[in-house]
Amino acid sequence: MKIKEKPKLEELPFATIVTEPGTSEYYKTGDWKTLKPVVDKSKCIKCANCYIYCPDNAYEEDKEGYFNPNYDYCKGCGICVIECPAHCIGFVEEETE
Amino acid sequence: MAKRTGIEVSLAIAEAVRQSEVDVVSAYPITPQTHIVERLAEMVADGELNASYITVESEHSALSACIGASLVGTRVFTSTSSQGLALMHEIMYLASSLRCPIVMALANRALSGPLSIWNDHSDVMGERDTGWISIFSNNGQEAYDLTFMAFKIGENKQVSLPVMINFDGFLLTHMIEPIFIFNDSEIKNYLTLYDPTYRLDPKNPVTMGSVGLPEIYTEAKKQQDLALRNSIKVINDTFKEFKERFGREYNAVETYRADDAEVVIVMQGSIFESIQIVVDEMRNEGYKVGAVELRLWRPFPFDDLKSSLKDKKAIVVLDRAMIPGGPQGPVLSEVRSSMYLDKKRPMIIGVLAGLGGRDILLSQYKEIFNMGYDALKTGNEPEMAKIIGLRE
Amino acid sequence: MSKILRPKEVFLNVFANKMVSRREYFARGHRACQGCGAALVLRLIFKEAGPNTIAVNATGCMEIISSPYPYTAWKIPWVHVAFENAAAVASGIEAAIKALKNKGKIPANEDINIIAIGGDGGTADIGIQALSGAFARWHKFLYVCYDNEAYMNTGVQGSSSTPLGASTTTTPAGKISIGQGNWKKNLPEIAVAHRIPYVATACPAYPLDLMRKVKKALNANGPSYIHILAVCPPGWGTPPELTIRISRMAVETGVFPLYEVENGRYCLSLDMPEGLRPIEDYITIQRRYRHLKKETISEIRNRVLKEYKRLQLLEKMDFEES
Repeated sequence: MKIKEKPKLEELPFATIVTEPGTSEYYKTGDWKTLKPVVDKSKCIKCANCYIYCPDNAYEEDKEGYFNPNYDYCKGCGICVIECPAHCIGFVEEETE
Repeated sequence: MAKRTGIEVSLAIAEAVRQSEVDVVSAYPITPQTHIVERLAEMVADGELNASYITVESEHSALSACIGASLVGTRVFTSTSSQGLALMHEIMYLASSLRCPIVMALANRALSGPLSIWNDHSDVMGERDTGWISIFSNNGQEAYDLTFMAFKIGENKQVSLPVMINFDGFLLTHMIEPIFIFNDSEIKNYLTLYDPTYRLDPKNPVTMGSVGLPEIYTEAKKQQDLALRNSIKVINDTFKEFKERFGREYNAVETYRADDAEVVIVMQGSIFESIQIVVDEMRNEGYKVGAVELRLWRPFPFDDLKSSLKDKKAIVVLDRAMIPGGPQGPVLSEVRSSMYLDKKRPMIIGVLAGLGGRDILLSQYKEIFNMGYDALKTGNEPEMAKIIGLRE
Repeated sequence: MSKILRPKEVFLNVFANKMVSRREYFARGHRACQGCGAALVLRLIFKEAGPNTIAVNATGCMEIISSPYPYTAWKIPWVHVAFENAAAVASGIEAAIKALKNKGKIPANEDINIIAIGGDGGTADIGIQALSGAFARWHKFLYVCYDNEAYMNTGVQGSSSTPLGASTTTTPAGKISIGQGNWKKNLPEIAVAHRIPYVATACPAYPLDLMRKVKKALNANGPSYIHILAVCPPGWGTPPELTIRISRMAVETGVFPLYEVENGRYCLSLDMPEGLRPIEDYITIQRRYRHLKKETISEIRNRVLKEYKRLQLLEKMDFEES
């Protein structure tokens, strides 16, 4: 992990200020989910509803304009599944290793 | 050339704030500090002080606004007393842990209940653990000078801590004293531009005040403690530089005829000057007495105090605040504990006096010195502090 | 005065979301619960506010989940001081920036947004003093209250923003109690009472409306206030996937009407030509309401309709304020 959760006294920044913006991205919340969204691109209308309604900003737009969930961050809440107007997102069980 | 002016101490402090070119004043009025905030408002209204004056709705918000302003990278001043200080207590800890060099002019006034507007030290004693630098002034000149030094000390990058300058309510705030007020040009370059490394700036986004998980809280507190302890060097250097530049001497521990004294009174605040009168009188009668003032309260000047007190025979610590149900006097308990490990130490006795603004008569100071002599005679160090003038 | 149509009516409206900016200032990896309404609220606000923003956050859910050292979800300068003083700290920041501009240390035309964020607890209860003071002093900043209708971060205790009949841990439904016994404190009205130039309510189920209101608020000539509904799945007892649907239902039933008050002029944001949805649609799916009897539901329905009617009347009134 690039970020130190247990710094030594000398390593602790001044007033515990975090100087790098957005370091939460080092923490992958993807392992929180039990069900995961799966997009059926054949039905997707590229409306961006899933992108805009995701509280975790887990959807990434690709070159073709489709939105793909980033499973590293998706917590499996299912909002996208419900809000998709084309009903093209399936909610399936996450495989456990 | 500084002019010797007859000026009310509160107004002198306001003048020091103006000459320090503060950027933001955020204060709530409370007796006896009102003249400071009123004068500052006047200065802003007349364009003499180019600062944002926030008429906050409580002391808690006053200090919160100070923190916000300080973190943007501006020079901030506030002032309060007693109940106001108690109300902002929660935020006092945050001001020091967020390392904001806020300067507070603290008019010492007794804490309620019963309600009292008169002078004692119970308000500042409640803030011992907050991590602020705390310095006492004994007269108007010192209050004026220390205000400049407070900004200098606090804004020093090795320090970056808030500073409170204590001065007795009414006994100093409302007194007209002869004070050498600097010309603007003399003092203009004393303070340099406040340039913090970290500030709230969209060009360089940082996160301040994150959640301190148990993994880092200990280290964070140690970091803060080290900063406060190490600031003693910066404080002493600032005092030294002030003397070289302007001729007036300040020390972490002030003494008056204490070098060869047998019995000394250890105290803080403006009563230092009254005690000096009694010391002179008693010296004329042949008693070897002296006075020691703990000017620097936080960080506690262990070394300087020890060197002033170690070869005395008896010291009487005069507290102007009470710790009920505990070690009675805060200064007493800290002085005692600072000398606990010494093989050879003077006898230490405690007295409480001047609570809630009650006058301490010169004869009572004599009584206090005599308590020191009694202790030497009987070899008895009473554990309880005696309350001088208690009518029972 | 802009009106937006219900998505059910105009399906094509669904593509409007596609036009939203792709910039993000509330990073992922934050520790909010699955389906957290408040996290989406913050994401949308800062997407609109942009990089030239300073955020002040009161203690609460959004502060805790976004800043556990050393992880921070913030890509803009952000400070957290204490629970009740977000508005006071924001006042200090605004005054400092003003002072720097007066002294020429930063350019006078530099526009830095200051957004203070607080939950309903840190705004309506413990933070009301600082909020009122900051509004009275007319600092130019935006205060956003994300209303999840209880002190969620500490375990769902009731606040004065908890609606009538809701069960929380300090206003629990019991043998002789219906849960929260008083009506919800009307924070937007308190903000309007200060006569600040812009007050609005918003809901993350209408993201573009929310973002439009944030933009308007940031351009207001004085303090502004936006009250945003934040559905909390664990606190309300709702499935996380229904967060947006429930938020939408809160608006459609009139429980959380969307409106703006610009310089005293009320304007409802939604046209409801078919009237309001029945309140049972909203109440019955939340576990915090499952104990409610018919009388309380009627009481809630009557009051919701009364409040909605009041807004409709206010909309018609012309206050001649500028």
